[in-house]
Amino acid sequence: MPAERANADGLRRDALRERLALFGLGSPALLLVLVVMVLPVGWLFSLSFLSDEGALSLEHYRRMLEQPSYARIFVTTFQVSALTTGICIALGYPLAYVLSQLPRRAANLCMIGVLLPFWTSLLVRTYAWLVLLQRQGVINGWGIELGLWSEPLPLVHNLAGTLIGMVHIMLPFLILPLYGTMRAIDRDYVKAAANLGAGPVRAFWQVFFPLSLPGLFGGALIVFILCLGFYVTPAVLGGGRVIMVSNRIATDIELFFNWGAASALGVVLLVLTLGLLYAAARLVRLDGVLGGHGT
Amino acid sequence: MSWLSRPATETQITHGGRLWLYAVAALVMIFLVVPTLIVVPMSFSDSQYLEFPPRRWSLRWYANYAGSTEWVQATFTSLKAAFLTMLVATPLGTMAAYGLFASRLRWVRPVYVLLVTPIVVPVILVGIGVFYAYAKLKLVNTLLGIVLAHTMLAVPLVLLIVTSALKSYDMNQEMVARSLGASRPRAFFKVTLPQIRFAVATGAILSFLTSFDEVIVALFVSGGANSTLTRSMFNALRDQIDPTIAAISTIMIVVTTVLLALAQALGRQRQGS
Amino acid sequence: MARGASLPITIRQVTKGYGKVLALDRVDLDVRSGEFLTLLGPSGSGKTTLLMVLAGFTRPDHGSLLFGEEEVIRRPPHKRDVGMVFQNYALFPHMDVAANIAFPLKLRGTPRADVARRVEQALELVQLGGYGARRVDQLSGGQRQRVALARAIVFEPRILLMDEPLSALDKQLREHMQIELRRLHDRLGMTTVYVTHDQREALTMSDRIAVINGGRIMQVDAPRPLYERPANRFVAEFIGESTFLPVAASAGGFAHAGRVLKVAAPPAATGRCLLMLRPERLRILAAPDDALNMLTARVEDVVYQGDSVLVQAVLPDGCRIGVRAVSTAAAMATVARPGDTVTLGLAPEDTVILGEG
Repeated sequence: MPAERANADGLRRDALRERLALFGLGSPALLLVLVVMVLPVGWLFSLSFLSDEGALSLEHYRRMLEQPSYARIFVTTFQVSALTTGICIALGYPLAYVLSQLPRRAANLCMIGVLLPFWTSLLVRTYAWLVLLQRQGVINGWGIELGLWSEPLPLVHNLAGTLIGMVHIMLPFLILPLYGTMRAIDRDYVKAAANLGAGPVRAFWQVFFPLSLPGLFGGALIVFILCLGFYVTPAVLGGGRVIMVSNRIATDIELFFNWGAASALGVVLLVLTLGLLYAAARLVRLDGVLGGHGT
Repeated sequence: MSWLSRPATETQITHGGRLWLYAVAALVMIFLVVPTLIVVPMSFSDSQYLEFPPRRWSLRWYANYAGSTEWVQATFTSLKAAFLTMLVATPLGTMAAYGLFASRLRWVRPVYVLLVTPIVVPVILVGIGVFYAYAKLKLVNTLLGIVLAHTMLAVPLVLLIVTSALKSYDMNQEMVARSLGASRPRAFFKVTLPQIRFAVATGAILSFLTSFDEVIVALFVSGGANSTLTRSMFNALRDQIDPTIAAISTIMIVVTTVLLALAQALGRQRQGS
Repeated sequence: MARGASLPITIRQVTKGYGKVLALDRVDLDVRSGEFLTLLGPSGSGKTTLLMVLAGFTRPDHGSLLFGEEEVIRRPPHKRDVGMVFQNYALFPHMDVAANIAFPLKLRGTPRADVARRVEQALELVQLGGYGARRVDQLSGGQRQRVALARAIVFEPRILLMDEPLSALDKQLREHMQIELRRLHDRLGMTTVYVTHDQREALTMSDRIAVINGGRIMQVDAPRPLYERPANRFVAEFIGESTFLPVAASAGGFAHAGRVLKVAAPPAATGRCLLMLRPERLRILAAPDDALNMLTARVEDVVYQGDSVLVQAVLPDGCRIGVRAVSTAAAMATVARPGDTVTLGLAPEDTVILGEG
């Protein structure tokens, strides 16, 4: 070894060893994700490319294109997701705005109100809505008692019930990033706009609103993406009338043992989800947005 | 009222002029909070039918719950699974967070992304994928199977929380500790861990809740004696509305609230120190 | 704590690249036993990288590092036995002052009774006697600095490393701490390597200064020769103020504007060179003085700066130079006015000619 490159090999080995040791700390988690998620899901996906006889084929995908029932499921899924996202924006934006204008202490207190449902069991919330919305439920009971309507309104086991339940679950996902963005907007901008002669409405739409768009966009995308994979809420509050992709996947397996069809649907769902997420990640930072649990 | 005529923002709009906005915000807050809480008083109703407000109070649905071996067994399964998930996911996630944070290898970013994906992959896919794999490995309806799957779902949360704590932690402290004679593991346990302990504890609490509340994977891979509470509830919901579920829901709300209050208190302490 | 043992440091061919950039480029440096040596350079020059190599936190690509006779380049930080003080102090917030200082002692298995005694001794050494039970967040910046120092020396390391330890303090406290650190060094005698970007701090504290730029050592010298005989233009510009005039070698030596310059020591450089002008070494002459090198300039501006007055002037060839004089009443009464033409004098002993570049 030439003297001027003394210890080069040893140092390189040490560096590699240290990095591998640190990286190794992540390996149990990596192994778990590989064994419990990547492998099973990959295995599943290989099934989608096999015909019922076990030969390599695109039969399941062809069927998905040909059978109108599949197209309907995708249309429903997109409709429900888009409607949920839209309603979330309509309800979440004003709330996030008001929270962002409150003093920080008061806002933090109100945030508990937003976070409490966020972490309450999904099933408990779905159950609560069922109790409120069903034919003999609380809302129909009060409505009839007060004479607002005479026959029980169909509030649940349909699209309306599903939407109410989903909006309730997804709203915090919209509010959290939006609120963060709004808090970070420097109030001096609005002051400057007012100083330059903009009225309240103009100052809002031309200054505040555009500045809040990144948060709104990030939150809305997350809501839409998570909606695509919903299962529990449509299953319980949709009463069999709202069938989204996840529900169809479950039925294909539980009732028909049709792994091929279910897998093909799963591939499409996953590709859609990850594709949208990838697109979203290129537009906004998502680290702070995620953090919910299974829907 | 003088408050109403006071300016609300820099643009001179008054609070009075924005009352409609406050009303909307209040309604949305009610929409968020009330439906969950309304279950609590209803669970104390004496009636066969769920009513609000209850006309007569009783604990019969709690008695019903406590008397049902099926429900009690499911509760224990859920608690066991959640506890074990917490026990495994917390160190796994913390180790991964530290390792990936400190290692400067090129594959750190892709591995991080892969470890976080379970949060966004539609759970139904994990459910049936795991079901398919477990069928071959004879893990269906076992506690081990549930814990493995739930740990996989919980690790990303621990990873995210601990990583964000490490980002605001001053790594110089660990370097100082090492220069003073502590080996790297020792420096981690004596200096770094005590300072990120609140994040780790929060991660642990959220791991517990993730498992305790998880429905879909449990639906596919738990069953029989190892049926989780959520699985039993889901099946009961599809059949008929049994007020016992209101009682169970109340219990779950209490568990969640207590744990979250704990996490919140930890967070406050973290800011304080 | 008594004056302890110290070790010389020998750095040979240490190189560290980040991608295509060389943070350290074949660095050779000898730090003498018991010496206070400062690594001085602009940000990004590699001075902190070199310090981190000494501490063991940065692994160089190759090279050799000896503490005394021992090769330590592959030794992990915790086995190097060097004290280290970081820029932000990095005190452990979950421990009180005494526990912070006891940390290295406990790691070395020092008996309990000794720990308490040595912690108190170290605290007294940094003039914080009785502060042991304080919480870290109850301390002022200067106090934190002292605790960090006490923690780094309590285990009597033979080498002490400091990374801009005073940069977070305000000016007055910083100047006070400079003197105090230097005094502490003289008392303990451990080999000290100190990193700073502040030239005045380096000049104040060091036995020797290593000026570093672009990953290379530019010059290693004691403060005075470094200031008065810089090895090259970079060192001259980085330490103190200076302007440069092009000079050319001629028959009798170096000449500027046709006049041969008088020098005290013949310069080593040849060919095209630069004459270094320090504002405080120039004088405005009342009458020509043939013992000095003389320049004619037109005054553009006179700036009063409290302790001194700076005259900005332009030479006939358009070069701008500064002349600094102490602002005594007498000097202020006779100081030039904008528009005046003045003769500047430079003593031969202060005439420094550098190679170009």
